[in-house]
Amino acid sequence: MLIDWFTVGAQTLNFLILVWLLKRFLYKPILLAIDEREQRIAAKLADADAKKADAQKERERFQHKNEDFEQQRAALFSKAIDEVNAERQRLFDEMRQAAEALRAKRNDALARELQSLNDEITRRTRDEVFAITRKALKDLAAESLEERMTEAFTERVRGLNSGSKAEFAKSLKGFSTPVLVRSAFELPSQQRDAIQLALNETFSENIKLRFETAPDVICGIELTANGRKVAWSIAEYIGTLTTSVSDLLKEHSQADAKPKPEAKPEAPGEAR
Amino acid sequence: MRLSSDELIFWQWGLVKLNGTIVFTWALMLVLVVGSGLITRKLSRDLKRSRWQSFLEIIVTGINRQIEEVGLSEPQKYLSFLGTLFLFVAAATLGTIIPGFEPPTGSLSTTVALALCVFVAVPLFGIEEQGVGNYLKTYVEPTVIMLPFNLISELSRTLALAIRLFGNMMSGAMIVGILLTITPFLFPIVMTALGLLTGMVQAYIFSILAAVYIAAATRVRKLRTAPEANQQGMNDDNQRK
Repeated sequence: MLIDWFTVGAQTLNFLILVWLLKRFLYKPILLAIDEREQRIAAKLADADAKKADAQKERERFQHKNEDFEQQRAALFSKAIDEVNAERQRLFDEMRQAAEALRAKRNDALARELQSLNDEITRRTRDEVFAITRKALKDLAAESLEERMTEAFTERVRGLNSGSKAEFAKSLKGFSTPVLVRSAFELPSQQRDAIQLALNETFSENIKLRFETAPDVICGIELTANGRKVAWSIAEYIGTLTTSVSDLLKEHSQADAKPKPEAKPEAPGEAR
Repeated sequence: MRLSSDELIFWQWGLVKLNGTIVFTWALMLVLVVGSGLITRKLSRDLKRSRWQSFLEIIVTGINRQIEEVGLSEPQKYLSFLGTLFLFVAAATLGTIIPGFEPPTGSLSTTVALALCVFVAVPLFGIEEQGVGNYLKTYVEPTVIMLPFNLISELSRTLALAIRLFGNMMSGAMIVGILLTITPFLFPIVMTALGLLTGMVQAYIFSILAAVYIAAATRVRKLRTAPEANQQGMNDDNQRK
């Protein structure tokens, strides 16, 4: 007999026991482990998703912040540029004012210097002219400068035209005090007498004179009475000289101020 | 020459006896249970796990997937029964490579026992799924005339299960045994390899057929309830119109 019913029963029991044992030791633990792993993976994925969402949120926040920062930076930058421009303009104005002031000061100083130079030239010229003339006169004609000056003055007095002479005579008549004769140097008595004589002859009366030394009468003699004046001095010659010297200096300074002609460009390859 | 391991009797007391079939079955059970117990004793819940654990996971999830593909929507419910069927038959086949081992599935008693288990399990799962009345109704579907045919079908398929497995396993072992006496070298090895292949295929066929029977028993109500629901829906539509 191929079928042994006891064995069939025993094998059925064995099989059922095996089902239970395998369920207990194989399927349950394995399925549980797989489930737990899947749950763990799901939890990890969920965590990763949450972290990703957080990161995205953070990224957006950061981006927003960055944009704000960029805007603020641009605004600050623009403000700073405006302030710098204003400050530059202010400093530029200040500098221009300072430059203007300096230039004015320099011009003043130059003008003063020029004036003092002119004065010095005038003084020296006068002194030189005076000395040369005196020496020349002494050497050539054996006459002192004072004598020649007195002669020149007396000639001028005598050479007055009739109209001037009449007016001068009129003013001399109403003048009770002595008429003032001023000279740059002390006049010797001979010259005083010569002047007295010339005046007396010109105006046909005895005029009282008072002589006075005045350095401002530049190397000359002048007679003043009641607002009228007859004079001879080298001041007018000096004035002419001053004008010509001034013109010369002006021309010289203009020539300095002109830009120098540009230097010839260097040959190619030489300029390094 | 023994036709089955039933004839190898170690101990007997009246009807109660300890034959080769029972002893080899115990050996298989010991290997399967102790092996599973040793591997599952230290299971890893993390992504990193041992090779043996991966091996068991592949087997269990593979069986699970096969059951699901047959059409059982809750495979874990049937995993213990169908998985054990497959593992037992497969392990018995694999055991044939051990000299002296006689597969218990080569005994008609064992295959009958397994077929009887399927024969009982199918209606049990069917009743659990759809209740006694509904399950019994399936035997008179579509008409009462079909009742004897359905009953014959149940019995014959159980018989077919038992005979198919027994025939394949017994013939395999028998052929190897005969060949060993004629050509003791190379040829029996080839036949053993072929026996391994047919044995694995039989393990697959046995468990898949059992799954199909269970699926057929549990799916009837679903198939029946779906048209009923459609009919109900159509009636509602007509009422609305």
